[in-house]
Amino acid sequence: MKKVHYLFFALAGVSLLFTSCNQSKSSSGALASSAAEKVYVAPGEHDDYYAFISGGFSGQMSVYGLPSGRLFKVIPVFSQDAEKAWGYNEETKPMLNTSHGFVPWDDSHHPDISQTNGEIDGRYVFINGNNTPRIAKIDLSVFETTEIIEIPNSAGNHSSAFVTENTEYVVAGTRFSVPIPQQDISIKEYKGNFKGSLSFISVDPEDGGMDLSFQILMPGFDYDLAHPGRGASHGWMFFSTYNSEESHTLMEVNASQNDKDFIAAVNWKKAEEYIKEGKFTTMPANYAHNVYDEHTHTATSTMKKEVRILDASTLPGLVYLLPTPKSPHGCDVNPTGEYIVGNGKLSSDLTVHSFKKMIDAIENEKFEGEAYGIPILSFEDVLAGTVKQAGLGPLHTEFDGKGNGYTTFFISSEVVKWKVGTWEVVDRQPCYYSVGHLMIPGGNSRKPYGKYAVAMNKITKDRYLPTGPEVTQSAQLYDISGEKMELLLDFPTVGEPHYAAGIPAELIKPNSKKIYNLTENKHKYATTSDANVKVERDGNEVHIYMTMIRSHFNPDNIEGIKVGDKVYFHVTNLEQDYDVPHGVSMIGANTSELLIMPGQTETFVWEPKQVGVWPFYCTDFCSALHQEMQGYVRVSPASSDIDLTWSLGED
Amino acid sequence: MKKNSKVIMFIAVLLPLLLFVFPLWKITLEAPQYPTPLGMYIHINDFSDANPHDIKNINLMNHYVGMKYIPDAIPEFKIFPIGIISTTIIGLLIAFKANYRWYLYWFILMVLLSTAGLYDFYLWEHDYGHDLDPKAIMKFTNPDGSVMGFQPPLFGSKDILNFKAHSYPQLGAFSLGIGMGLSLFAFILGKKEHKKSQA
Repeated sequence: MKKVHYLFFALAGVSLLFTSCNQSKSSSGALASSAAEKVYVAPGEHDDYYAFISGGFSGQMSVYGLPSGRLFKVIPVFSQDAEKAWGYNEETKPMLNTSHGFVPWDDSHHPDISQTNGEIDGRYVFINGNNTPRIAKIDLSVFETTEIIEIPNSAGNHSSAFVTENTEYVVAGTRFSVPIPQQDISIKEYKGNFKGSLSFISVDPEDGGMDLSFQILMPGFDYDLAHPGRGASHGWMFFSTYNSEESHTLMEVNASQNDKDFIAAVNWKKAEEYIKEGKFTTMPANYAHNVYDEHTHTATSTMKKEVRILDASTLPGLVYLLPTPKSPHGCDVNPTGEYIVGNGKLSSDLTVHSFKKMIDAIENEKFEGEAYGIPILSFEDVLAGTVKQAGLGPLHTEFDGKGNGYTTFFISSEVVKWKVGTWEVVDRQPCYYSVGHLMIPGGNSRKPYGKYAVAMNKITKDRYLPTGPEVTQSAQLYDISGEKMELLLDFPTVGEPHYAAGIPAELIKPNSKKIYNLTENKHKYATTSDANVKVERDGNEVHIYMTMIRSHFNPDNIEGIKVGDKVYFHVTNLEQDYDVPHGVSMIGANTSELLIMPGQTETFVWEPKQVGVWPFYCTDFCSALHQEMQGYVRVSPASSDIDLTWSLGED
Repeated sequence: MKKNSKVIMFIAVLLPLLLFVFPLWKITLEAPQYPTPLGMYIHINDFSDANPHDIKNINLMNHYVGMKYIPDAIPEFKIFPIGIISTTIIGLLIAFKANYRWYLYWFILMVLLSTAGLYDFYLWEHDYGHDLDPKAIMKFTNPDGSVMGFQPPLFGSKDILNFKAHSYPQLGAFSLGIGMGLSLFAFILGKKEHKKSQA
C-alpha cells in the first residue's frame, strides 16, 4: 500500500516538473494557442459582435463577426453590385441617382451606428460617400441600404456620417472647400471665396427618414472628421480641420505650414434656436433624396431644390475654434463627454481638450482671435492635457469605458493605450502595417464594450500569401480586456477598411428579418399568386408578371416576343421559407442577374436583338431540382404577328 | 348530500371543450436543413402552422415525392366539433339528471368515438402518405420493390427519408383523455357513494 503512495507522489512531482518546464520554455507557443482559442468560434456557433467595416474605394460596407473575423455579407451601398443586382435592377437604380445623374460608384468611409441616450442601439448604420457627397442609411433589420441622401454645397464628404447622442442628426462636413454656391472662378481666388459646409441631416425617430435640416457655412478649411458631444457636451459636434492655411495647391506642403489647425466646436442646439428664430437663408440647391421602400421593394429618387443655411461668421455662439496641433485627423470624445481628443497627424503628441474649460473660456469670452468672425479660443485655456511622445502620426482614438484611450499611430504603425486623466502611456502594440483607424465596439458612445479592438491597416505587404501587385486589405484584432493588449488575429477585408463600427450581436440578431411577407408585398408589378401570372404588351413594351418557387418559373414558356421589344421581367419569389432565394438571368440581357429573397419582387429589362428561342434559368442553387428551374422565350422577327402566349406545364 | 362523483362528472364532461382552444395533435418534421423544425398543429376544426408558413413549406417539400397538398379544410373539421358539442350536451344531461351508471355509458361512448376519430385520422394519414402523384419528381421504393409511402406515424417518431417525423397528442387531446378518465373515476366513485348510502 505504501509503495503505491510513494509512486503517486513521485509521479505527481514529475508531472509538476513537466508543467513548469513547459511554461518557462515556450511562453510564445502557449500564448499563440490561447490567441487561437480566443478567436475560435466553433462550427455552427455565433460570434459575439458584429463589425461593420467600410469598403473604402469599393463603395460598399462589409459585415464581419468578432472575434472570428469571418465575413458574412458585403452590403452594396454606393457601388453597383451585379451579384445582388444593386443598381442594375429597375428597383434599385434610383438609389444611385444624384444631381450629376446616375453615379455607379463611391468611396465609402465612416460607418456609425445609431444611438439612443448615447448608447448604440443597433437600428441603423449610417455611412458616407466621400466622392459624390452622400450619406446612406443601412437598416439592420434587413442589412440593406434603404436611404441615400446627397449633400449639396459639399465636396469630399469626409467628416461624416457620425450621429448625435439620440440620432437627432447625422453630420456631413465637407473635406474640400468649394465656391458655395458653385461658380466659375479662378482656383487662385480660393482664399476667402471658397467655403466649407457642415450639414446636419435629421433622422426621424419613428421611421428613420433622413432630411437635410440645415447647413452651417464655414471658412474654407478642410473638414476632416467629427464626433458628437455626449453627456455634458451633448448638443455639440466637434469637427477636426486642416488646411487652415486655405491653400489650394501642393497641399502636402502648403496645408502643413501652420503649427496649429482647429477643432471646430459646433453648438447645434444653438443652430436649432437660430433656425427657429428664422436666422437662416434659403439657398437654391439641387440634390437627390433616394428612398427604398421595404413594402414596394422599390426605390424612388426625388430631387430637392433648396437648403437652409446658417452663416457661422455672422451668428454668434454657433461655432468656436479650438487650436489643435498639427493637421488633426480624428477628433474623438471620451464616454463621459468631457474630453475631446485631437489626433494631430503630423505630431508626436496627442492633444486633449476639456469641454468644461471650453465652456468656461466661452463664458468669460477669453478669445485670442477670430477667423472670418468665428472666435478662436486660446490653446492653453482649453487644454486638458497632452499624451506626450506617444508615437508618430496619431490618427484616431477610441475608448474602452474603463478609463483608457487607444490611439492609432500611422507613421510608427502601432496602437497605444493611455490613461484618460493622467495622460500616461500604458502599453503599445505594433500594427502590420501603417494603421489608420481602429474600432472598439461602442467605442464612440457612452457605453463602450471594451473587450476587443480592431485596427484597420493601410498596408499589408507580406502578411498574407501574395496575389500579385495588388494584395489584400487587412484588419487586426486585439484583445484589450487585460492591462496589456494582445494581438489575436489578422483578417482580410473587402476594399480599404477606413473605419468601422461594432456592436454586441444580441442587439441586432433578434431583429434580423428572415423573409419578406408576401401579403405585405406592395410592388407595382408583384405577382403574389399563380392565378395572377400574365404577360402584357403595350406597344413594344412587354411586361411579364412571373413567379418563382421550388423549382419552376411561372410562366416558363413564352411566345410572341419580337426583336426590338423592351421586355420587363417582374419576378416574384413566392417562397416563404428562410434562406430560399431564387435568382434569374436571361441569355444576352445587358444587365445583371436578379437575386430575389422570399416574398420579394424584382425587375430586369431584356431587349432581345436576335430571333430564336432563348433560355432563362435560376442562378441560385435553390433545391434538388434547381438545374430544372429554367424556361424559354421565343423571339420572332419584328414584323411577325404571333400572339403573346405563356404557359407552365402544358404539352 | 352533495355527491363528489357528480362534481367530478361535470368537470369530466366540460374538459373536452378545451379542444376548441388547444390543438389535438402535432406533427413535427426535423431535418438538418431545418434548424427550426417544420411543424403542423391539428385542431378539431383546423390545421395551423407551428411557425409561420410551415404548412406551405411542408407542401413544398412533399411535392417532390408526389404527396398532395395538405388541404385547407377536410369534412372532419365540421364533424368533429359537432361530435364534441353533442357528447358534451349528452354528458351534461347525464351529470345533471342521471345516476352514476350513466357515467360509465358516457365513458364508453367517448372511447368508441375517440377510437373512430383516431382511426379516421390514421386513414387520412395513410392516404396522404400513399396516394402519390404518378408524375412524382422522385419515386422511392422499399427494399422489397414496393412503392415507398410517406405516412407520418399516428403516434411516436419515425424516420422518413431525410426527415424525422414526430407525431404526438397536444393539450386538447390530453383534455379529452383526462375528461374521459375522470368520467370513469366518477363512475367508480359514484358506485362507492351509492354503496355507502345503501349501507
